Amino acid sequence: MAVTAAPARSRDPGGPPAPLDTAPTVSRRRRALRPYLLAVPAVLLCVGILYPFFLGVAYTFFNFSDANPQPSFVGLRNYTELFSSSTFWHSVQVTVMFAVLATAIETVLGVGVALLLNRSSWVGRIFERALIVPLMVAPIIAAIMWKLLLLPEVGWVRPVVEGMGVPRYSGTDSPVWAFVWSVVVDVWIYTPFVAILALAGLRSLPRSPFEAAAVDGARWWLTFRRLTLPMLWPYVLVAVIFRLMDCLKVFDIIYGLTTGGPGDATTTLQINAYLEAISYARYSRGVTYMFILWIAVYVISMILVRYLNKIQSRAAGV
Amino acid sequence: MNHNDRYADVNRSLSRRGLLRAAGIGAAAVASSPLLAACGFGGGGSSDGSAANDVTGKFNWKKYDGKTVRLLMNKHPYTDALKAHVPEFEKQTGITLKIDEFPESNYFDKVTLELRSRQGNYDAFMLGAYMVWQYGPPGYLENLNPWIKNDAATHGEFDPDDFFPNLLTAGQWDFKNGDDLGGGKQWMLPWGFETNTVAYRKDVFSKLGVKPAESFDELIDLAATIKRKAPSAGFDKMYGIAVRGSKEWATIHPGFMTMYSRLGLKDFAVEGGKLVPKMNTPEAAAFTDKWAKMIRASGPAGWTSYTWYQASSDLGAGKAAMLFDADIAAYFQNVDTPAAGKLAWHPGPKGPDGSLATNMWIWSLGMNSASKNKAATWWFLQWATSKKHLQYAATKQQHIDAVRQSVATSGEYKDRLSKATNFVETFEAVIKDTKIQFTPQKNFFDATTSWAAALQQIYGGANAKSTLDKLASNLEGRVNG
Repeated sequence: MAVTAAPARSRDPGGPPAPLDTAPTVSRRRRALRPYLLAVPAVLLCVGILYPFFLGVAYTFFNFSDANPQPSFVGLRNYTELFSSSTFWHSVQVTVMFAVLATAIETVLGVGVALLLNRSSWVGRIFERALIVPLMVAPIIAAIMWKLLLLPEVGWVRPVVEGMGVPRYSGTDSPVWAFVWSVVVDVWIYTPFVAILALAGLRSLPRSPFEAAAVDGARWWLTFRRLTLPMLWPYVLVAVIFRLMDCLKVFDIIYGLTTGGPGDATTTLQINAYLEAISYARYSRGVTYMFILWIAVYVISMILVRYLNKIQSRAAGV
Repeated sequence: MNHNDRYADVNRSLSRRGLLRAAGIGAAAVASSPLLAACGFGGGGSSDGSAANDVTGKFNWKKYDGKTVRLLMNKHPYTDALKAHVPEFEKQTGITLKIDEFPESNYFDKVTLELRSRQGNYDAFMLGAYMVWQYGPPGYLENLNPWIKNDAATHGEFDPDDFFPNLLTAGQWDFKNGDDLGGGKQWMLPWGFETNTVAYRKDVFSKLGVKPAESFDELIDLAATIKRKAPSAGFDKMYGIAVRGSKEWATIHPGFMTMYSRLGLKDFAVEGGKLVPKMNTPEAAAFTDKWAKMIRASGPAGWTSYTWYQASSDLGAGKAAMLFDADIAAYFQNVDTPAAGKLAWHPGPKGPDGSLATNMWIWSLGMNSASKNKAATWWFLQWATSKKHLQYAATKQQHIDAVRQSVATSGEYKDRLSKATNFVETFEAVIKDTKIQFTPQKNFFDATTSWAAALQQIYGGANAKSTLDKLASNLEGRVNG
């Protein structure tokens, strides 16, 4: 390195760097090259991320499959075929229902658990540690574990459910129950995630407004509705964004539990993408499914992030 | 030059916009078509000139001494039998075998990804006839006929005519949707196989005073009778019949397709050069409806998750009185299970014309066309499918059913199987009519997985005719696309 002196620091920490007292003896050519070299990792990273993405997008305009090893450009045919297919729209419906239902239940339960754990007690401290256990189980393992529990012959869920008055327990044989159990498994795994985020939010809230409310004799519900919830909302929204994105992309839990069945009762967009690309070796159709899902996830996340920024600004009084 | 001058210099050299433009051009170049091709887009077909032609001179087992052959295998008793005999192969040829095994649930995903990569990391692998229909058209499979026909490459006792003819034919196809199996190209060699028949608990049948069903309607009644009477006869919680039910192609191919074919029903017909689904004809819909109702009335709870493993385990565990599935799935349940020694085999219900048309699964061995080691791989393939290895595997290991007629008819083999009641007799009754009953097509897995999904819906109470009409309508475009 030919630099002979360290740059002088600015007197103002936030201001621009002060002029150097001693000029470095770096050749003009190397100085010109330096920004490019500094940019190389970022460019490589971008190419590493964007190359497969753009390659995938390119595939959506071809009819690439094992049955058709010499693909040709088909324009928007993959898109028009999907948009006119009942299979596609059914999987959209399943995906949206699953994502909305699972996210809503996880959010309500997660916030509820966080509120309970926020009260300092030894029970709370034990549960706080136990809460993380489902998150430590790989979702596919959790799905298989639940699949065994739900089997009518060997699992313990049957006596419990039948004990609650459900007349003929059929595990995941019934379309409705297969969907319900898929949501239940997702809720089992990810409610702790929401609870942990909400708990962190609760513990970072300022105490003075709550103390003032207590002095004024505000009831619990009023304090919760007017103070806790509005102040906690940005944290909850972060959890909602994460969970909604994840649920829209759900694959492992449902595939492990029901393989998308019975029939197509739990076939989501990701499962259709997997079937098309891997099981049926129709790569272009599989990637088209995934690209449409990506657009949906991107648009929804942008809307939610914009909303999050707005409420964060409002909370900060900007 | 002062600091500000240097900044200005840098700005001239690289504005942010300039950097983005450069990156954009780079990304566009990277995503351009030559790279699509380099990444496997438009993958290569097999070349006309076979590497088999390079093998000349007199056949010698030691010709490729010192080479290594890598195998991608399914965890299976056949693989266990092979592993037990590997030292013999390595001694005879001097070739080292490296075997990677994966459970069946994700085995074919591994195979597909390996073949798609065109890297030739594995030289040979296990596959079935249906996989030829998927892996063949893109050129993933080596045509084995030039190897078989080359005397310099194949030992004199290989004798391809010794394989059951329908098994050898199952590995041949011209990759044209709807065309019959057969032709001049051999894409795989039969290694082990299974016919689909009915295995049953002979003690239960004896106690209830019932006999194996000879027609489909009898089978429905028999399964219902057993479900009704078995618990009170001392077989607690026993149900009538176990069959597969998961949402995958493998649900259609064993018992369901066998019974379907015996009734003279077809999956597809070729009309005007196109495949036309026939699983929604009134006769096919009536059969499917009856099949679903039979399972609902007399099958297992949780049927929609049933693979071969659950179905056959239920027979072995004493939960099911009958299994309509692979004959060997039941054979393996006849040892070290509560049902051990209590099982018997029967060809299953006949069609109205007495048909015993039976669908089959063949575990075969194929060569990766991207293998860099084809000659040594062929040395392994011909050894693994030789009379000598298969006789050893079928009599000393659990390599059943035998794909070679010489093994299947040998006294040692029959003697061994005689302990399984009517196993050999059942095999001999159906072998003549055992073949691939599906119409060969490139989108087999989509068609049969969708068919299984429709069957699940019908089992759940959906109307059979309208569900199958919808299936047929959806499939017609996809299988001809």
